[in-house]
Amino acid sequence: MKKAKQFQFQVQPLINNNNNNNNGLSFSYFDLLSEEIVFTILDLLTPNPLDKKSFSLVCKNFYFLESKHRRILKPLRSEYLPKVLPRYPHVTHMDLTLCPRVTDATLTNIASACNSNLVSIDLSMSKFFTGVGLLNLAVKCENLVELDLTNATELKDSAAAMVAEARNLERLWMRRCKMVTDMGVGCIAVGCRKLKLLSLKWCVRVGDLGVGLIAVKCKDIRSLDLSYLPISDKCLPSILNLQYLEDLALVGCLGIDDNSLAVLKNGCKSLKKLDMSSCEKITHIGLSSVFSCTICLEQVTLANGCSVNLDLADSLNKLSKLHSIKLDGCPVTCAGLGAIGDWCVSLKELSLSKCSGVTDEGLTYLFTKQKDLRILDITCCRKITDVSISHITSSCTDLSSLKMESCTLVPREAFILIGQRCHSLEELDLTENEIDDEGLKSISICSKLSSLKLGLCLNITDEGLAHIGMSCVGLKELDLYRCTGITDSGILAIAGGCPGLEMINIAYCKEITDNSLLLFSKCAQLNTIECRGCPHITSLGLAAIAAGCKQLTKLDIKKCYKIDDAGMIPLAHFSQNLKQINLSYSLVTDVGLLSLASISCLQTLTILHLKGLTPSGLAAALLACGGLTKVKLHASFKSLLPQAIFEHLEARGCLFLWREKEFQAELDSKCWKLQLEDTMQ
Amino acid sequence: MDHKEMPCPTADTWGKSFSSGNELLKNISSDDTPLTSSQRPQQKWEDPSMLDYNTRIEPPFQDFKQRSETQSSLPCNPNNHNKVTDEEDVQMNGTIQTEKIQDWDPRAMLNNLNFLEQKIHQLQDLVHLIVGRRSQALGRPDELVAQQKQLITADLTSIIVQLISTAGSLLPSVKPLSGTTPTGQLGQLGGLFLPSTVGPNSGVQPQNNGGNKVSDQSNQMDITVNCGNEQNYNMEEHESKDDEDADEGENLPPGSYEILQLEKEEILAPHTHFCTICGKGFKRDANLRMHMRGHGDEYKTPAALAKPNKEATSEPMLIKRYSCPYAGCKRNKDHKKFQPLKTILCVKNHYKRTHCDKSYTCSRCNTKKFSVIADLKTHEKHCGKDKWLCSCGTTFSRKDKLFGHIALFQGHTPAIPLEETKGPTVPPDRGEGNEAINKVRSINFNFGSNAPNGNEVQNTADVKGNIEDPTGYFSPLNFDTWNFGGFHEFPRPPYEDSESSLSFLIPGSCNYTVPGSCNYTQKTGAESSSNNPE
Repeated sequence: MKKAKQFQFQVQPLINNNNNNNNGLSFSYFDLLSEEIVFTILDLLTPNPLDKKSFSLVCKNFYFLESKHRRILKPLRSEYLPKVLPRYPHVTHMDLTLCPRVTDATLTNIASACNSNLVSIDLSMSKFFTGVGLLNLAVKCENLVELDLTNATELKDSAAAMVAEARNLERLWMRRCKMVTDMGVGCIAVGCRKLKLLSLKWCVRVGDLGVGLIAVKCKDIRSLDLSYLPISDKCLPSILNLQYLEDLALVGCLGIDDNSLAVLKNGCKSLKKLDMSSCEKITHIGLSSVFSCTICLEQVTLANGCSVNLDLADSLNKLSKLHSIKLDGCPVTCAGLGAIGDWCVSLKELSLSKCSGVTDEGLTYLFTKQKDLRILDITCCRKITDVSISHITSSCTDLSSLKMESCTLVPREAFILIGQRCHSLEELDLTENEIDDEGLKSISICSKLSSLKLGLCLNITDEGLAHIGMSCVGLKELDLYRCTGITDSGILAIAGGCPGLEMINIAYCKEITDNSLLLFSKCAQLNTIECRGCPHITSLGLAAIAAGCKQLTKLDIKKCYKIDDAGMIPLAHFSQNLKQINLSYSLVTDVGLLSLASISCLQTLTILHLKGLTPSGLAAALLACGGLTKVKLHASFKSLLPQAIFEHLEARGCLFLWREKEFQAELDSKCWKLQLEDTMQ
Repeated sequence: MDHKEMPCPTADTWGKSFSSGNELLKNISSDDTPLTSSQRPQQKWEDPSMLDYNTRIEPPFQDFKQRSETQSSLPCNPNNHNKVTDEEDVQMNGTIQTEKIQDWDPRAMLNNLNFLEQKIHQLQDLVHLIVGRRSQALGRPDELVAQQKQLITADLTSIIVQLISTAGSLLPSVKPLSGTTPTGQLGQLGGLFLPSTVGPNSGVQPQNNGGNKVSDQSNQMDITVNCGNEQNYNMEEHESKDDEDADEGENLPPGSYEILQLEKEEILAPHTHFCTICGKGFKRDANLRMHMRGHGDEYKTPAALAKPNKEATSEPMLIKRYSCPYAGCKRNKDHKKFQPLKTILCVKNHYKRTHCDKSYTCSRCNTKKFSVIADLKTHEKHCGKDKWLCSCGTTFSRKDKLFGHIALFQGHTPAIPLEETKGPTVPPDRGEGNEAINKVRSINFNFGSNAPNGNEVQNTADVKGNIEDPTGYFSPLNFDTWNFGGFHEFPRPPYEDSESSLSFLIPGSCNYTVPGSCNYTQKTGAESSSNNPE
């Protein structure tokens, strides 16, 4: 992108010269560039959407080229679409996730403007459209292949019947379409015969009949998500008869029990991925019958399910191609873990997070055999000690992701082993562990590290962080939540050493000052900054961030007591990509909020306990900010503002979350941790 | 009556006939003769059938014309002959019927007779017209005369067809009452009128149908006509076949079962037991026995009142099984995979359900039709509860039945009732399956064709707006550009109390007067408005 930008700035004077010198012959050096080359350049202008905008504003020619090149349109406001659409005749993908209000008229507009060009449309964040608009899409855009209707909670069967008119639809998401019943799904089953992917997650009114009909009519289905549907054994056999089914999710299907699984006879040879998490009524017996007919499974997720014992491990052993298994939240026995270790297959991914019963003994046995593991999640396995870590690190040297949040019994020395033995680590979650600077120094050997989470690691200081900053050049995510030992000097190392940083969390790192933010402003890729509860941060630092980090989309400055309106104005000016901000407890007043309102893609706003905020200022800001979808407000404002304003905003697609929490004084980090432990026990 | 609505397999010929009919109509209007006035009502009755007949009969009729000019009573002209016999027929029917009126449902009979009378008058008028024409036509060019001839013939034939069908409708009703005579008559009459309709041009058959359909609206009796005709047809065939059946029956291994076959008349007769004294009919033997008590004390003895079969059953009897008289039916004993019917009631219901018109329409939904009245009654018990509807028009009382149906048939989809807007989900038309599909389709299509125009969408949007379109209150543009002056132009009502709270927006009371910040905001505001494509 940088290159492209330089290019753009270089060429600009050329054009000017041209125009000055020969008015008659409008020769441009850009005539020498073929369209294809310009398009290739434009392809590289992807990270910041505003780059393309500036490109198109250079000259008429660029304007037309950009219009011609654009395939994906992600409008901020649906009301401008009628004017924008004619400009982009070749748009194939319409992403309306930033438009909370999309009416039938909008869809009709899109349908008639894009016609058969339109391939995909995302309506997952939009409301207020009905079957009429969908019918227009379905009828006019005959090449529509992808449709995301997630969260269309008001959509009824009649609308689903309209969707069914889109005969070429291949991928359809209908998550949380709570009003759609079997009838609507039946229409889709009959109409959209080419469906390959269908997600009916949380379509709680769809039962066996609708799903059964899908299985009968849509033979090409590859991916099917039936999570949380009230389905039973009646539709399961026909689902497993689907010839090409590869990915099946049955999370939280409480209607399925062992008896209904026992009838499964015909094997589904194509199934590769199965998610049967939170199916409370299924034990290892039912699972055994499932696995006996789906022998080609590669990935199995059984989170929050039955106990992982010897029997379950044995039935899993039938799956000769299995390489990934997630057992999060299941009670685990030592014998079960041992049996998994005895499998002939070598696992690539294992997830045992929050499994009670994971002990050193089980893990030791498991990891004496399983040596190819790449991804391991042992979050909250609170019983394990350095014995397990020693075994894991010595056998799985190729580990690329290790999550071991809250393994509190693991002593600080064990973390040195991680760095010494697992050099390929890319993702490491050590939240709430005993790791210290020595450990960090050792971990800094993992030069591929891109995500490091050190939240609540109270033993680390700037010294350790400096090692990370020096060696881990590719770091993209760093979480230092409540690492009270970290100061500006630690950040100096990180900000200097990791220019590609995208996410930083320095929440409640009390020593952090504006200097850190000034340093971070050099990290141009930063899109998420959490500096909640940093009392020394002022508007000055925020202004630097705003000016430097143009990609900023999420900002949390809650409890930054010194930040005021002066910080908001540069933010409003520069951070045109900001989508989410939390301003609670800061000094921001009406003016700051009003200036923020000019950020056109701002969607989520949390403004609790702003002393300087008046009801009228709030009203003006809310009305001015057209793209808001979620606003968290103190309940007191509910009565202070006229109901009509809320009605208006809700009609625009904005959701209000009312909080009644008292103003909270800040706690010390250690004190906070103690309190947390108290509440847990 | 539209020709599309007729459940007629030869839709193509209908269409053709219709188009040719248009030409004819033009001719009529150009001619501007008194004929048109007499033509109108008949067209209403059966436009397509008449015209169809018309086109087909054209050549023979010219023939007719020539001959009739010489001498109309020549027996060598089959057409002519038929015509004459037809007329006689009709008259004969009329006389027969007047005699029997007292035995039958008088109202229906009266209707039929009125209709016949009307038709005969029309016929007479037409014949008069022909006569008058002939004298007039001397000075006219031949073409015109020929066209008018055609029209008159068309009328003539159509009326005659109607006459025949209506007259025929009177027949089967007479049958059960007096033993053998009606069948004899029926055979005779059928023999007469069948050739007349099938006669020279086979295209008559659909017309006959059409005629029936027409009278369908005027009187229900007509359905039985159809049956009657059919029966009449098949009778002879079956009589010959019965012999074969008998042979077959002998070939059956003894001790299995005895096959009985009732005739259609018996099956369709409303009553099967008749009083030998007064002739009153009953459905059940027991009822007849109860009735007989009124005729004298000898019928009141326990022996007379006892079930007659009881004693006979003491001997080992062959199991009785029944065969359907309809040739080609699976329940017919000639069928290769013959499946016998168990009781007479089974025979009756089977025959009515499968080989008869469904004449009983549900009064609630006006869609479902039945040939057995008991079926109608069972349906009516839960009619309206059938909320599961398929696009083909079939309704189901259970959702799983609907889904089974849809899984079975290609192209059928669940039909979702258009909530609230259209009261009953079922189209009020009593069409067949295909028609219902058309209905649903057309609804969809209308939807689709309207919406692109924006009308539909506009409407719904309007409705929304009327109810509560708070977006209308505040234009986002005004705020994006920080034009607070515009704020006061908003509609008053929702804001009456908020006006004071928003007073700070008036520039004078505004907090921030830093010129720099103002610049910022104005710029960004402008940007944001042009910013939309991302």
